[in-house]
Amino acid sequence: MKKNFELQLSGSGGQGVILAAIILADAAIAQGLNAVQTQSYGPEARGGASKSEVIISSEEIYFPKVRKADILLALTQNSYDKYVDFLDENGILIVDDHVKVDEDLPNKVYNLPILNSAFDKFGTRMVANIISVGAIYALLGENVIDKNIMLRSITERVPPVTVEKNIAAFNEGIKLIRG
Amino acid sequence: MNCNSTTKNYYRTEKLPHIWCPGCGHGTLLNAVVRAIEKLGLNKDEVVVVSGIGCSSRAPGYLDFNTLHTTHGRALAFATGIKFANPKLHVIVIMGDGDSSAIGGNHLIHAARRNIDLTTIVFNNNIYGMTGGQYSPTTPYGDFATTSAYGNIEKPFDLCSLAQGAGSTYVGRGTAYHTRLMQNLVEKAIQNKGFSFVEGLSICPTYYGRKNKKGDAFEMHTFYKENCVDIKVAEKDPEKGKNKILIGEFHSCPKPEYTESYQVIIDRFQGMGV
Amino acid sequence: MSNKKYKLLQGNEACVEGALAAGMRFFAGYPITPSTEIAEISSQRLPLIGGKFIQMEDELASMAAIIGASLTGLKSMTATSGPGFSLMQENIGYAAITETPCVIVNVQRGGPSTGLPTSPAQGDVMQAKWGTHGDHPVVALTPNSVQETYEYTVKAFNIAEKYRTPVILLMDETVGHMREKMIIKDPSEIEVINRKKPNCKPIEYIAFKPDKDMVPPMAAFGEGYRYHVTGLVHDETGFPTNNNEVAENLIRRLVEKIEKNIEDFSYYEEYRLEDAEVVIVAYGGVSRSAKYAVDELRKKNIKAGMFRPITIWPFLEKQIREVGLRAKEIYVAEMNLGQYFLEVERVAGKYCSVKKINKVNGELMTPDEIINSIGGNI
Repeated sequence: MKKNFELQLSGSGGQGVILAAIILADAAIAQGLNAVQTQSYGPEARGGASKSEVIISSEEIYFPKVRKADILLALTQNSYDKYVDFLDENGILIVDDHVKVDEDLPNKVYNLPILNSAFDKFGTRMVANIISVGAIYALLGENVIDKNIMLRSITERVPPVTVEKNIAAFNEGIKLIRG
Repeated sequence: MNCNSTTKNYYRTEKLPHIWCPGCGHGTLLNAVVRAIEKLGLNKDEVVVVSGIGCSSRAPGYLDFNTLHTTHGRALAFATGIKFANPKLHVIVIMGDGDSSAIGGNHLIHAARRNIDLTTIVFNNNIYGMTGGQYSPTTPYGDFATTSAYGNIEKPFDLCSLAQGAGSTYVGRGTAYHTRLMQNLVEKAIQNKGFSFVEGLSICPTYYGRKNKKGDAFEMHTFYKENCVDIKVAEKDPEKGKNKILIGEFHSCPKPEYTESYQVIIDRFQGMGV
Repeated sequence: MSNKKYKLLQGNEACVEGALAAGMRFFAGYPITPSTEIAEISSQRLPLIGGKFIQMEDELASMAAIIGASLTGLKSMTATSGPGFSLMQENIGYAAITETPCVIVNVQRGGPSTGLPTSPAQGDVMQAKWGTHGDHPVVALTPNSVQETYEYTVKAFNIAEKYRTPVILLMDETVGHMREKMIIKDPSEIEVINRKKPNCKPIEYIAFKPDKDMVPPMAAFGEGYRYHVTGLVHDETGFPTNNNEVAENLIRRLVEKIEKNIEDFSYYEEYRLEDAEVVIVAYGGVSRSAKYAVDELRKKNIKAGMFRPITIWPFLEKQIREVGLRAKEIYVAEMNLGQYFLEVERVAGKYCSVKKINKVNGELMTPDEIINSIGGNI
């Protein structure tokens, strides 16, 4: 695998991007890798721009913040506008399909119906973050984190009664990338 | 020094004489507290006396218990830590008027609200004595102090109403003149399982008395003798209570106590998820 | 995953794990970002082991309550951030003069005043040293990772207990809120120190008479040793005095019992210092950027290294002098306008050039910022 991956997950407060990042970091260390997860947030518990970061590496991680994102997730226009500059020139962008992306952005872009899938297929936008985890996982590839480890991490971090729904959401996210 | 048995048993006699001015009411109030402890037969090793800063705060130093002289206003917060950490201890907190209701006012209302089993006794002399006679939250309207040279324009607290309003489950008021009442109130306050508040009206001839032409210690005691009416008397005959200072037991209404409520949580959850 | 030896934990969570491993049985606190998780988790965990948690009405009271609890024999802690740390100063001084062991965690955020509540900063370094009035002993430890937060919380308790003194765990928002891998140690691998108790009869107990190590044995309230504790200057019996000689001796002993024992708790990290000509002095969150910067500078053939104090107070004079004697240049990188710099310059300034790299905008200082500051000067 690549030596390290820098992932940036953004959206509005309450969309669960911090939990999504924790699940990825948790799975990475269960895989035997190093991971550091951080976040920055404003005073709002709901709304406002929320950003969470994960660095996954086979080596010791000193600087805990993303310098250039290999993958940037933006669930809202606001978060896309705010964080798109962090994207590495070879980085991949995942946006919810309502987000308007600059036409001249040179990066590989995945426009995915994350919020609508959450609502249409699972009846709640609450699982948009786990759909996103599925999409990010699919882009990272099976050789970085084992799928069973991902599933275990999700199971341990979401409320017990929602495990089944969240695992289905995770698989939905993979499907959005792999078709 | 010649002492009676109470003094020998409960005072650190080598620390006497105390620093209080001649005529100060604090000594008599303190003795009422000690006699209450004696009457209840509390184990000295299990009594903790906590104070803040000010004239009143020197009291614990003279007493042969576990004694803690803390920072200004914070006595109740220290006492909360002691009582909560070891609920077996009888924790008695002695504070002054400024100590308890100005700088320590927030701690007072919250300790009362929690109904934690502390016995709080305020030696109220209506003035900051230790610093030389500045007005306090209980200095009467219009009275003089070194910082109210033209008369106090602030309205005083009724400390007992404040404590009761904040949730204190036992409230009473005695005076440096009515020592037997004071002792009874402290006894009942210690026995109340919850936050108890006893105001002891003290006298400060040196500052408050002198600034306000209240006369010497004898006259100031006489004032309490002639102007205090027990609340039971006033309730029967409101005429008798008119324009008088009410004393006696104002409120006694036990409610769940903080450290006991916490113990219920421990008993229920201890050992789970460890 | 419970049989796993490591966990993904937040710095603030690791702090509670460390405190519990050290024997914390009492926590009093007041909610404040970015330290609140420490109170929240303590409130959940303590009753499970028969410990006590209380949310006090403010930080003045929190500090008072942990001192009260410690006097009854329980290992006690509070946690806060800048504004609350300011309020705690009054009773930190009380803990120092009454020699009451306790641990104060300050997860630093941007200041002054309300400042930047959710952002990292290191502006409380001097406050940790001089926040309370009067000369007094100070021990402050600064971890830079989740693992270290766990381990140095244990050490903070140990130092507090061994020397009967308040100990400050000076974290920052970066470390407090960061999640990373933490190895959970077996209790048998953790050294836990408990305060010395008197072994004399109560009648013979002189509460503040120090042993040869300058530390008096400490009885708990309720154990039969009835003694007096005061924030006034006091003699060995614990009672107040205005005696000038007693006052002089007390204050000197309080400070010296820490400063003369500094070897016992001089914690630091040296990174690629062997041949380093350019040394970055950094601590807490910033040291992680500094370490990265050292590697990058080495790639550019600049002989860079890092010295990282973990014991931030008392000042590691001996080690910093060594660094100053060997380096050509020292850069003190910190998220304030140059607080630790003042001490480094005082000690190393006569041997080499000491410069500062500062940032106070609420974001963690980046490796690039350090590299550029140094590159521009070489």
